[in-house]
Amino acid sequence: MLKKLSILASVCMTLSTVVSAETITIATVNNGDMITMKELSSDFESKNPGINLKWVTLEENILRQRVTTDVATSGGQYDVMTIGTYEVPIWGKQGWLKELDNLGEDYDVEDLLPAIRSGLSVDDKLFAAPFYGESSMVMYRTDLMEKAGLSMPKKPTWEFIRKAAKAMTDKQGGVYGLCLRGKAGWGENIALITAMSNSFGARWFDENWKPQFNTKAWHDTLQYYVDVMQEFGPPGSSANGFNENLALFQTGKCGIWIDATVAGAFVTNETDSEVADKVGFALAPDMGLGKRGNWLWAWTLAIPSSSKKSDAAMKFISWATSKDYSALVADKKGWAKVPPGTRASLYNNPQYMSEAPFAQITLDSIQSADPKNPTVDPVPYVGVQFVAIPEFQGIGTAVGQQFTAALTGQMTVKQALASAQRLVERAMRKARYPK
Amino acid sequence: MANKNSNKSKIIYTLLAWTISGMIFFPILWTLITSFKTEAEAISASPSLFMFDWTLVNYSDVLNRSPYFDHFWNSVVISVGSSLLGLLIAIPAAWSMAFVQNKRTKNLLMWMLSTKMLPPVGVLIPIYLLFRDFSLLDTKLGLVIVMTLINLPIMVWMLYTYFKEIPHEILEASRMDGAGIVEEIFHVLLPIALPGIASTLLLNVILAWNEAFWTLILTAANAAPLTAFIASYSSPEGLFYAKLSAASAMAIVPILILGWFSQKQLVRGLSFGAVK
Repeated sequence: MLKKLSILASVCMTLSTVVSAETITIATVNNGDMITMKELSSDFESKNPGINLKWVTLEENILRQRVTTDVATSGGQYDVMTIGTYEVPIWGKQGWLKELDNLGEDYDVEDLLPAIRSGLSVDDKLFAAPFYGESSMVMYRTDLMEKAGLSMPKKPTWEFIRKAAKAMTDKQGGVYGLCLRGKAGWGENIALITAMSNSFGARWFDENWKPQFNTKAWHDTLQYYVDVMQEFGPPGSSANGFNENLALFQTGKCGIWIDATVAGAFVTNETDSEVADKVGFALAPDMGLGKRGNWLWAWTLAIPSSSKKSDAAMKFISWATSKDYSALVADKKGWAKVPPGTRASLYNNPQYMSEAPFAQITLDSIQSADPKNPTVDPVPYVGVQFVAIPEFQGIGTAVGQQFTAALTGQMTVKQALASAQRLVERAMRKARYPK
Repeated sequence: MANKNSNKSKIIYTLLAWTISGMIFFPILWTLITSFKTEAEAISASPSLFMFDWTLVNYSDVLNRSPYFDHFWNSVVISVGSSLLGLLIAIPAAWSMAFVQNKRTKNLLMWMLSTKMLPPVGVLIPIYLLFRDFSLLDTKLGLVIVMTLINLPIMVWMLYTYFKEIPHEILEASRMDGAGIVEEIFHVLLPIALPGIASTLLLNVILAWNEAFWTLILTAANAAPLTAFIASYSSPEGLFYAKLSAASAMAIVPILILGWFSQKQLVRGLSFGAVK
């Protein structure tokens, strides 16, 4: 009898666990670090038996469209969303995100890198937790640099990059001195060129939200970009984004590539990269004006205000962005695979610093970017390679198309900038800036 | 002489047909081949068509990482369900337009077709809100309804074209023999128009299978079909072309097989009434 009762009790307990289990839906992108998170999420489920996870993995643009629709209409399809530093300040201000005020006692918010944390906060309230952070940097072929008789400084200038690209270019041998993004889009060529323009002393808007594409600083930026890409860039560069340039660099076709710091792990990976042992890193170039041409981005995890399972979602975010998670990844995959650019403690870890050759540059790049003061002259907006206003996705892509037209020779630099000025002026008038 | 010329033009047309078919099929072939390469070979600057180390690792990775069969089942339910539901509505509609015409029939047909000219994103928010309020988000039922509505104009138009080719006298004769509307449609019209109905059904299954706007926006984890499965392997930062190719191959092969086996019906249906 006692045995039957104990069986019944255990069945009841199991059933009650099943019945009370919550399922949270996580929307994310298909980047390497997110794939690892999904693989290791059984650790979270085993530590939180009442919470089940459902994953929705999508391409970045589709994900952005989907989660934006959902959060704007309070659809409630997702409990955790992967969003970027562009969305967080806008959505946080709109009240579309829940404040992350209960991440647990041992979470250590103070350990988050200040540049990243400030980009994810509105009125000092944290609305998203960084999963991985990135800036941009120079990646170059050490063997080609040596062959050219040059030595890459730790803090190169744009003029040095031009000189090195020229010396490394061997078009007949299929090696191109410089690979940069050319594909039109606010997250594609505009990310690179906007960050570049900051170092040339340019800005998108003055303090009164007046577009500034008719300035000399913008002309110098775009002229430099078009010149170096036409002279030393690979053919068809107007269609190249991160992945296309990564493929070119990994197969030995690029001398210098300036792009996201997260690429450091890819280009030094011996399985996929043919040049893994010949890669050097340097900070993004500058013009000596006090700002470097590097950006700041983080993929973050946030809870939409329409989620009805915010406690479980908060627990998950706390797990995925914690120091313990970094240790778990290091244990299962190695230190080089730990999501970079979010916590100071990771960069105090000697093992990480020795196993990830790009670690110090990543940290220095992130720390040198300031989303609240991104330009030489003052601006009314937040964001290094973007302007954190809802209109930016549209105008950014439209301006990107003008710049791509300049790159392909369909327009002159002057025409592209005049066209950019006109369309941004029109968009800002329509959106009634200044607000 | 005439025979020689006709043989010559036959050879030219055959060559032209093979060339165009080859151009259309090449991207699919390339996707299939890439799915058997390693990621490093997939991005190689000098890619090889057949001379590489063939591997199945991408397929095993994709199967381990994603619930392929759930997505596959969702695709089957959504595409077949919406096509059958669409036929139920489109057959009587096309019958009335073909055989009981009035002065507004042509306008009505044009209006139905004009709904296809509206960019889907233009009605995204109202549809999304309706789905939210009726709890249809991320459900197969919701997707079946949307796919039915999207493809209905095409179904009605196709069936209308087929029905117009059927002599009125046959239907009139059945009426003289005492058949009501239901008997007329089921026992007389449908058997005659079966090739047309079959091709309409098949074409709509293919259209619904490939639809990648609403299926991506209105689903999350439960009702996501194979379009979402493919989209999950596209990455902004990372080269996963071989895995993406494997996922694409797994998504398109079922519909390719269906198309292959039913090509006779499809061609017969699509060319129905084309030559008088």
